[in-house]
Amino acid sequence: MGVQVWTWILVGITFAIYFGIAIWARAGSTKDFYVAGGGVSPLANGLATAADWMSAASFISMAGIISFSGYDGSVYLMGWTGGYVLLALLLAPYLRKFGKFTVPDFIGDRYYSNTARTVAVICALIVSFTYVAGQMRGVGIVFSQFLQVDITLGVIIGMAVVLVFAFLGGMKGITYTQVAQYCVLIFAFMVPAIFISFQMTGSPIPQIGMGGKVEDGAYLLDKLDQLHTQLGFKAYTSGSKSTWDVFAITLALMVGTAGLPHVIVRFFTVPKVKDARKSAGLALLFIAILYTTAPAIAVFSRTNLIETVSNTAYKNMPQWFRNWENTGLIAWTDKNNDGKIQYVNGAALEGKTPMFLSERGEHGQRVISNSSTGPNELYVDRDIMVLANPEIAKLPDWVIALVAAGGLAAALSTAAGLLLVISTSVSHDLIKKQLRPDISDKAELKIARISIVVAIIVAGIFGIYPPGFVAAVVALAFGLAAASFFPAIILGIFDKRMNKEGAVAGMVVGTVLMLFYMVRFKTGLVGVLDPLPESEWWFGTSPEGFGTVAMLVNVVIAVVISRVTPAPPASVQDIVENIRIPSGAGQASTH
Amino acid sequence: MDAKQTAKAYWKENLKYLLLLLLIWFLVSYGAGIIFKDELNTIRLGGVKLGFWFAQQGSIYVFVVLIFVYVRLMNALDKKYGYNN
Repeated sequence: MGVQVWTWILVGITFAIYFGIAIWARAGSTKDFYVAGGGVSPLANGLATAADWMSAASFISMAGIISFSGYDGSVYLMGWTGGYVLLALLLAPYLRKFGKFTVPDFIGDRYYSNTARTVAVICALIVSFTYVAGQMRGVGIVFSQFLQVDITLGVIIGMAVVLVFAFLGGMKGITYTQVAQYCVLIFAFMVPAIFISFQMTGSPIPQIGMGGKVEDGAYLLDKLDQLHTQLGFKAYTSGSKSTWDVFAITLALMVGTAGLPHVIVRFFTVPKVKDARKSAGLALLFIAILYTTAPAIAVFSRTNLIETVSNTAYKNMPQWFRNWENTGLIAWTDKNNDGKIQYVNGAALEGKTPMFLSERGEHGQRVISNSSTGPNELYVDRDIMVLANPEIAKLPDWVIALVAAGGLAAALSTAAGLLLVISTSVSHDLIKKQLRPDISDKAELKIARISIVVAIIVAGIFGIYPPGFVAAVVALAFGLAAASFFPAIILGIFDKRMNKEGAVAGMVVGTVLMLFYMVRFKTGLVGVLDPLPESEWWFGTSPEGFGTVAMLVNVVIAVVISRVTPAPPASVQDIVENIRIPSGAGQASTH
Repeated sequence: MDAKQTAKAYWKENLKYLLLLLLIWFLVSYGAGIIFKDELNTIRLGGVKLGFWFAQQGSIYVFVVLIFVYVRLMNALDKKYGYNN
């Protein structure tokens, strides 16, 4: 059986499982729909949180990013795991004790203000929409790479699948589907990693293989450092970013992770405060399996790639090289006319992606029109590192198909979690809490279902026609979560004196400052303003790391203003005292 | 002790645990993986330089352990103050 057939079979089986779970876990009330009835076990919630958290980017792109950036890639590894420590210690137990449905619920009640609630809703919507667009795109890309269907059709299939389990089951359906999706994605990620680690280093455990020796007796990482230096790259284990910038980016990602609404809301679904703590630990354990394997894959595939292509004749390239050249993720120009591939430091292209002409060169390669003048002849898309790994390591067809099913599971589970946050923000935080407080539970459930359909359609359109700024705004999502939610929630729990004036001012200033920096230094305004260069960064802080600065500004402003304005009312101070002790946590509920 | 004093004492112990655990959290990631990485890179753990190892492996293992230690500490603390019902 070929790869195609295997892929259809595996994707078909996994989708059938998701559908089965969706029908079994239908939601009967808003409580089912928003927080899965509040009765999810810590283990199931840990698995679901891990699937929710690990997106197409974690599954497909992260190992590739690390592979091409070496030590600098550590910011993602530490940033996207360390946030769970903050979540477990500083947020999850208290928010669970508080016992409502959403983050804006907490902000609105704690700061006794509908303004605060509205600011929180807007932040939640911006963060979730930017994120979900990337997921739908990921679904389309996986479909088109592995099943040779159009990206548009792939996005539409993905929309239909998410629609079924999110529409029927809400949080309940999503939670149990995510449990299944975690199993699929982790299996799909680990199988090729174990094979490759064993082939290269003799150790079946990738985390150990990474520090092991290769055939000629040298340590793998030493060899990679040496290859890098020979080809003019920076040594793999030393970075090129400044220490401060690595620090700032890591902190922004950690705090942003802890402030993402679709992650926080998962901790409303467990029965007790104790369960919230435990499931945060389990979630990180399940995430850590992938996150400690990814840097090992990065090392293996980087070494494999350099050894396969460097100074080797194009006509001797293995089949996978041509396959991925045909999909446009690899491109080669024979700049010095020796028929061999020179892969050295420097850009191979003018611009970001290769522009292919229809003809073939003298060696059979695809000719591109935008090759640069530098000595580097090879363009490699970083996503290849995970997608092509099984082929590079000559693994059986079913393993290649498994990677497709895993990538889909990763993208769909994250998309579903985000779409739920969007629909909850609209039906609960906006309509029930602000516009029409008198509607019945049944009516609210109906509105929640309608808003999830609308959200899926909007996300799908973003996926089919991706706005050029998507990549930039995903980084912005973390910065925004760090600059807005995180301080407001933490101060709401740990600073009893914090009042609405302080919290709202902090959130608004933090968010505006973050947006300003992002536009000024990253995105620019089309036709009006070009982004300023690196040399102009404040204190050498990159836009990705600026969330750290904006967060600190938020905290300082909130604390100063709260001390010169009236203390919060006694009833609110009682709420704070009450969430600090774990006993007596009722089921998540409305008033 | 009345309920209010109990709650206050519980909160104080909780904060003590938090400070200790967050200090370790900071040291393994920002300390070992970022600020002192070059110094630690002179030490090797098998085939990996130690600073690099902390940044890409070690810190993550410690994070997982930290949360489970926190769970155990807090479960014991809840029991001590009678909040475990």
